[in-house]
Amino acid sequence: MSRESRPSVPVWEEVGLTEEEYRMVCRILGREPSHTELGMFGLMWSEHCSYKTSKVHLRLLPQTGRRVLVGPGENAGVADLGDGFVVVWKIESHNHPSAIEPYQGAATGVGGILRDIFTMGARPIACLDSLRFGPLDDDRVRYLVGGVVAGIAGYGNTTGIPTVGGEIYFDDCYRDNCLVNVMCVGLLEGGRVIRGRAEGPGNPVILAGNRTGRDGIHGASLLASREFDEKAEEMRPAVQVADPFVEKLLIEACLELAQTDYLVGLNDLGAAGLTSASSEMASRAGTGLDIDISRVPRREPGMTPYEVMLSESQERMLVVVRKGREKDAIELFDKWGVEARVIGRVTDDGILRVREGERVVAEVPARALAHEAPAYERPMRRPAYLDEVVRLDLEGLPLPGGSGHPDKDWAGAFRRLLASPNIACKEWVWRQYDHMVRTNTVVLPGSDAAVLRLKREEDPETRKMTAAAGGRAAGGAADSAAAAERFKGIALSTDGNGRYAYLDPFTGGVQAVAEAARNVVCAGAEPVGLTNCLNFANPEDPEIMWQFRKVIEGMAEACRVLGVPVTGGNVSFYNETMGVPIFPTPVVGMLGYLDDVGRRVTAGFKKAGDIVLLAGETREELGGSEYLYLVAGEVRGAPPAVDLQREKALQAFVLEAARAGLLRSAHDCAEGGLAVALAESSFLADPEAGGVEAEVMVNLAGTAGDGGARPPRLDAVLFGETQSRVVISCDSSRVDELAGVARRHGVPLARLGRVRDGLIRLTAAGDVVLEERTEDLKALWRRALPEALRA
Amino acid sequence: MLAAGGAWKVRFSALTGRAGPCYHPVMGGLEDGTRALARTTGGGRRPRPVRFAVVVFPGSNCDADCYHAVGNVLGQPVEYVWHGTTDLSDFDCVILPGGFSYGDYLRTGAIARFSPVMEEVARFAGRGGLVIGICNGFQILLEAGLLPGAMLRNDSLQFRCLYTNVRVETTRTPFTGLCRRGQVLRIPIAHAEGNYTAPPDVLEELEQSGRVVFRYVDERGEPTPEANPNGSVRSIAGIVNEAGNVLGLMPHPERCCEEMLGSTDGRLIFESIVAHVTSRSVARPVVKGGSAR
Repeated sequence: MSRESRPSVPVWEEVGLTEEEYRMVCRILGREPSHTELGMFGLMWSEHCSYKTSKVHLRLLPQTGRRVLVGPGENAGVADLGDGFVVVWKIESHNHPSAIEPYQGAATGVGGILRDIFTMGARPIACLDSLRFGPLDDDRVRYLVGGVVAGIAGYGNTTGIPTVGGEIYFDDCYRDNCLVNVMCVGLLEGGRVIRGRAEGPGNPVILAGNRTGRDGIHGASLLASREFDEKAEEMRPAVQVADPFVEKLLIEACLELAQTDYLVGLNDLGAAGLTSASSEMASRAGTGLDIDISRVPRREPGMTPYEVMLSESQERMLVVVRKGREKDAIELFDKWGVEARVIGRVTDDGILRVREGERVVAEVPARALAHEAPAYERPMRRPAYLDEVVRLDLEGLPLPGGSGHPDKDWAGAFRRLLASPNIACKEWVWRQYDHMVRTNTVVLPGSDAAVLRLKREEDPETRKMTAAAGGRAAGGAADSAAAAERFKGIALSTDGNGRYAYLDPFTGGVQAVAEAARNVVCAGAEPVGLTNCLNFANPEDPEIMWQFRKVIEGMAEACRVLGVPVTGGNVSFYNETMGVPIFPTPVVGMLGYLDDVGRRVTAGFKKAGDIVLLAGETREELGGSEYLYLVAGEVRGAPPAVDLQREKALQAFVLEAARAGLLRSAHDCAEGGLAVALAESSFLADPEAGGVEAEVMVNLAGTAGDGGARPPRLDAVLFGETQSRVVISCDSSRVDELAGVARRHGVPLARLGRVRDGLIRLTAAGDVVLEERTEDLKALWRRALPEALRA
Repeated sequence: MLAAGGAWKVRFSALTGRAGPCYHPVMGGLEDGTRALARTTGGGRRPRPVRFAVVVFPGSNCDADCYHAVGNVLGQPVEYVWHGTTDLSDFDCVILPGGFSYGDYLRTGAIARFSPVMEEVARFAGRGGLVIGICNGFQILLEAGLLPGAMLRNDSLQFRCLYTNVRVETTRTPFTGLCRRGQVLRIPIAHAEGNYTAPPDVLEELEQSGRVVFRYVDERGEPTPEANPNGSVRSIAGIVNEAGNVLGLMPHPERCCEEMLGSTDGRLIFESIVAHVTSRSVARPVVKGGSAR
């Protein structure tokens, strides 16, 4: 081979393949690949597109569930919620592009996931974003935060898709490699799920949307499938540019197309552009495609076949329609002002044949490209760091006021937590997102989960329900509101704690699933299924690979016990910079179902005098907590354990209580523990209920090692992050009923105190540990993030 | 490029024209809505339906919300109208909805004003028809010269989506007839360019003639700087034209017409429109803005 005479730059390395993979390509083709073919293989066999490292492990995840119609393999998961409401949802990452060019990286991330949803014939109705950044005292981090949030806003707001929730965390490990995971949820419009299949030899293939340019070439292979080094800035040209207006037109055009009788298959052009869409559509259908790239509308002259096939220009769709109906399809796109052109035909030989006019520039088996990338069982090794970080010497950690503790009293420690960007109010983020458009968002951002009602604007049934629910004049009687609202609804939450997964990957995997499910349960919804985004460092490092495996094992275990299937998702590897890996960060996007949004539950207290209770036990667990990080500057110790049977019982209890209308509020204890949960329920309260009086030394589980006799130390009771706990408020007349439900589920339920207005007063065994005006604490909590971002 | 007009058969067949599935009060499920209306208008007999049009520009994204609020919540007949339409004579009220018409890449509303429908909107308004431009619709009305003034970017330089309090400054418009003067309505905003501005003489004229309809205020009804979400001059949230039949406002009344959404104050605006139209015997001239206050 003549190219081997230049060993310094092996041809396969230019496209991100290994020598072994290159040889496989040669075997498949029976010859050496052309320049274009090699580029196509480089992309499709990249980690980002082929999941070659992850797929053997992803099989562990349970994929079937009662309401789930379509699991992994298609563009997104599908769940049937009855009465013709079919929901489609998926999460995806756009980490590396966002770390290089935050606005465009995040915006195109939103655009990509929207396309995954409407390509299935579903109208996108909500987005959620799970974001991770470095510490906010870093100028560049603040630039990244501002750019990413503005990019998400710019795309979501313009396309009219509400961004209803998500999460944002800050930790040093994400300083140079931020995480931008976007989940989109859609509602099927045309009554059928559209598949990304190129069925029917002879059928025309149409490319619709934006023109093809030179942007994003090698986005998937070189940008997404490698770690960052000092040359990361040079990758900026591999980031695409977003055009949300064209996306909006594409959404409308494709959804109209989905209603026609001539649409055969639809697939978006995302990572790996035309190469990926064409080979996947053909491979899924067992067909081939013959496309002529001279017919591809270009943004600029002089593009080579290689560039056309590898371009990741945004807002493009590949469409297969019935033979003879191409004119109808093109007229439909034209109506929406979207350029569309026939670029080829479906064939029956299984070959993706790319021509430029008469000249064949690539001729490869579609299946080999799309679905026969090598699968690797990469070596794994338990990381050495685990033995070190698990050690947590609580003896050496004084309580607030003790020497070596940064806070002189409990109030100081509490304030420190409330002002931490990881706990502080995230309003600065979500007020930049239109979270109300489409008028379905019935629980706005800030609660445990966002809740949307499901409606169809033009459905006579919607009309009847709305007339019943909203047929009162402004200021009319509110008492019958709950009874009259009979809309079905969905609850959505994204969760994942990188610190926990770093300290114990298995537990981190379990916890991400458990918390996401708990959050939708706290909204009164039944968990239906989840999509996951698995963010890890370089899998070629056996220790990273071990983390990955353990996280998946943990997720799989939690999914099995809680009965929640995984319907798909995304794996993002190579999240490291200059050899410094991110924490393993699984993010779970949970879909919950409510058969009556009138029964939704929110986190804020409702009425002074209501009884406040804690469901679940508190153990002495400070490992991996925000408190430990803030007072000791360490991510250390065993993360809070998750007993899945207890978790399951807790969720069943909360769900039953919610459906019975027993819960005035429900709020998961997460970062910052019980004290922060009580404070947040006070901050999110309706007027006149913004406070609480609570005795925290309840439901305590003894500490192992002391014969179970010693109660947890007070900082662990207040700020520890023991799982499977929910703070509930309940009308005093219904507490006995609530206790009965808890007993039946075997859930420890204890009374903490009462909702009161204006004051947060916590006692420990009768001693007041904290007494502050809610208003003061709330101001601190609300100001913290904007102030940190202004710094 | 974007096709303008022509025979359209879009997602909503109503867009093709008058024959589409538009809801009429005689159809099921409407009684509750009209009953509320009948109560507010004080009439015992069923009032005549008020025909609403929701204009769809490429990039409109609150069109479905307006359709839902007017059609499903209020129970009035409503149709989507494509921006290529040149005849609005069948309607009583035309809604220019929020969104990002043509992407708003140039200046908000700057392209949409050239849509064929906008010439007809001007004629429709000239004939005394009611026009309400919400958010992007307000921006388009400004660009089209149907309302005075212009929009700057929010003083925060960021998009803002939040609930605001707006005070009703005059009830002598077809859009606020059912409100009380000084009433504080809770209505959300969602925009990046809602920082209204106009030359001092125009502002003075607006104030003097009672054409400032809504102002951002705090819970107590005071127009404080903190309660102003975008830096708008004199905390202006909505204005009408001289004849009083064209309203532009940044807040989204269609987002708060159902209790589950957190407020029903938006209904007062739509119900005022309905009450105004139904109380007109034939084609009574609209309220002259100049006589307000």
